[in-house]
Amino acid sequence: MAIDIDTARKVAKLARIRVEEADLPKLAGQLSGILGFMEQLNEVDVTGVEPMTSVTPMRLKRRKDEVKDGNIQAQVLKNAPDAREGFFAVPKVVE
Amino acid sequence: MSANTWTIATARDALRKGEISAVDLTMSCLTAIDAGDTLNAFVHKTPELALEQARDADRRLKAGDAPAMCGIPLGIKDLFCTKGVPSQAASNILKGFKPEYESTVTSKLFDAGAVMLGKLNMDEFAMGSSNETSAYGNAVNPWRVDDRMLTPGGSSGGSAAAVAADLCLGATGTDTGGSIRQPAAFTGIVGIKPTYGRVSRWGVVAFASSLDQAGPMTKTVRDAAIMLQAMSGHDDKDSTSADIPVPDFEAALTGDIRGKVIGIPKEYRMDGMPAEIEALWQNGIAMLKDAGAEVRDISLPHTKYALPAYYVIAPAEASSNLARYDGVRYGHRAKLSAGDGITEMYEKTRAEGFGPEVQRRIMVGTYVLSAGFYDAYYNRARKVRALIKRDFEQVFADGVDAILTPATPSAAFGLGEMADADPVKMYLNDVFTVTVNLAGLPGVAVPVGLDAQGLPLGLQLIGRPWDEAELLNYAHVLESRAGFVAKAEKWW
Repeated sequence: MAIDIDTARKVAKLARIRVEEADLPKLAGQLSGILGFMEQLNEVDVTGVEPMTSVTPMRLKRRKDEVKDGNIQAQVLKNAPDAREGFFAVPKVVE
Repeated sequence: MSANTWTIATARDALRKGEISAVDLTMSCLTAIDAGDTLNAFVHKTPELALEQARDADRRLKAGDAPAMCGIPLGIKDLFCTKGVPSQAASNILKGFKPEYESTVTSKLFDAGAVMLGKLNMDEFAMGSSNETSAYGNAVNPWRVDDRMLTPGGSSGGSAAAVAADLCLGATGTDTGGSIRQPAAFTGIVGIKPTYGRVSRWGVVAFASSLDQAGPMTKTVRDAAIMLQAMSGHDDKDSTSADIPVPDFEAALTGDIRGKVIGIPKEYRMDGMPAEIEALWQNGIAMLKDAGAEVRDISLPHTKYALPAYYVIAPAEASSNLARYDGVRYGHRAKLSAGDGITEMYEKTRAEGFGPEVQRRIMVGTYVLSAGFYDAYYNRARKVRALIKRDFEQVFADGVDAILTPATPSAAFGLGEMADADPVKMYLNDVFTVTVNLAGLPGVAVPVGLDAQGLPLGLQLIGRPWDEAELLNYAHVLESRAGFVAKAEKWW
């Protein structure tokens, strides 16, 4: 399926990646190429096939619901671009 | 020969006999690394840490408490989080990020006494097959035939270049669609992607979680066995890591494969495949036959659909995994203009931080997961994935022990040669390797010969799930029969 410029703009918005208007046609072309390549999958009969979930059937391990660590606020915030008073700081979200 | 050229097995034995100290061995690698800057393989060097770890290793060796990896100097792919050491997945969005924790794989290697020389170049977020999407610039293949700089492959291109150029004794890699095996083949070294779940993914920056596996990249099959041993095992912090015993991989290298059945899949004979690759494959078949294996033609009918299925599933998972890079908790945040809100912060941060290939894959993933297309693309691809896995199960049920295929459709190509190509063309590099990730199987690339120009070519062996031990034994046989000893001539 060909991706038009409006769809490319919408996908960029959904992905939260700013794409300049001038770059949208090239992006649309590349996405169309990649999605065209995927069209081959329509040749396969997948009737009654369940999507694959694991290499060998196994139940995911569970662990006890218990606190193992914590009190590492400084470490959690260490790499933040903007941390203030023990919190991550971001632009105003609610008017 | 300078000690940096040794194999892990040779170094282990020499260290235990006291013929060399871990500090001296580490120094020889650090010297080679400084002389190898042209290759752009090591992007964050950690000499102080390396020497400290080497001194600890020497104490353990003296005390007689020395596991196989004790004192062995390694390079670590930048995708692994290493405590206090830059770990940025070759992306500008993680510039300056220094993890407060250690990945399970590097913890296990360090517990076994291994020495970290530094972090290795790679494609950004492991998305690429030529190391050209890296924020650090290209890594360079130590092999060359003329004035052109060649790609070491990708995404683990820095790992491959570093091992092939003897800058380290071994390196960690990760493999989502071929990222260990393709660069190993391009540089004439050994690389194994273990069964999905054999090695913990905890602390490895996620690309496509249902496909990602870490593994060793080494000079020999024996070294791969030794290093994989130290990396493997269940981890409470990765619920998909398998709670099953890890066998002694090195002990499995008996060289005896008599009576074993090796499958040759006809679907891997691609149209337009270079005659040299076909000849290499036939040589490999003859070597395994000569060693007493039975060679059988097999069919894996859904092979053709592996690449398109992969390029739905991997970007879908990537778009979800990479949503975390939002400029809030770590990494880059764009400078905002007056009046910019949180949405502008996300959009500008991600546009500045991610390179073009990563952006493209996130958007492809976003598209195939979006309402209206989820079933048509994503669910269909997951079903095709089940059929690809079923192909392998059928063949193994029919008595095939392992499968032999080419590792790559060509030898290493020149850096920049694919710059104007369609992104899909670059994806074709993974055509022989990607099925293995989709089915979760172990696969190993072994150097087998040189092409007419003198560049290394490799073959791939694919094994049954959890049967890395047997797989490494087949690889060992192929390696010994091929007698591949060529090294890149030093020009850097």
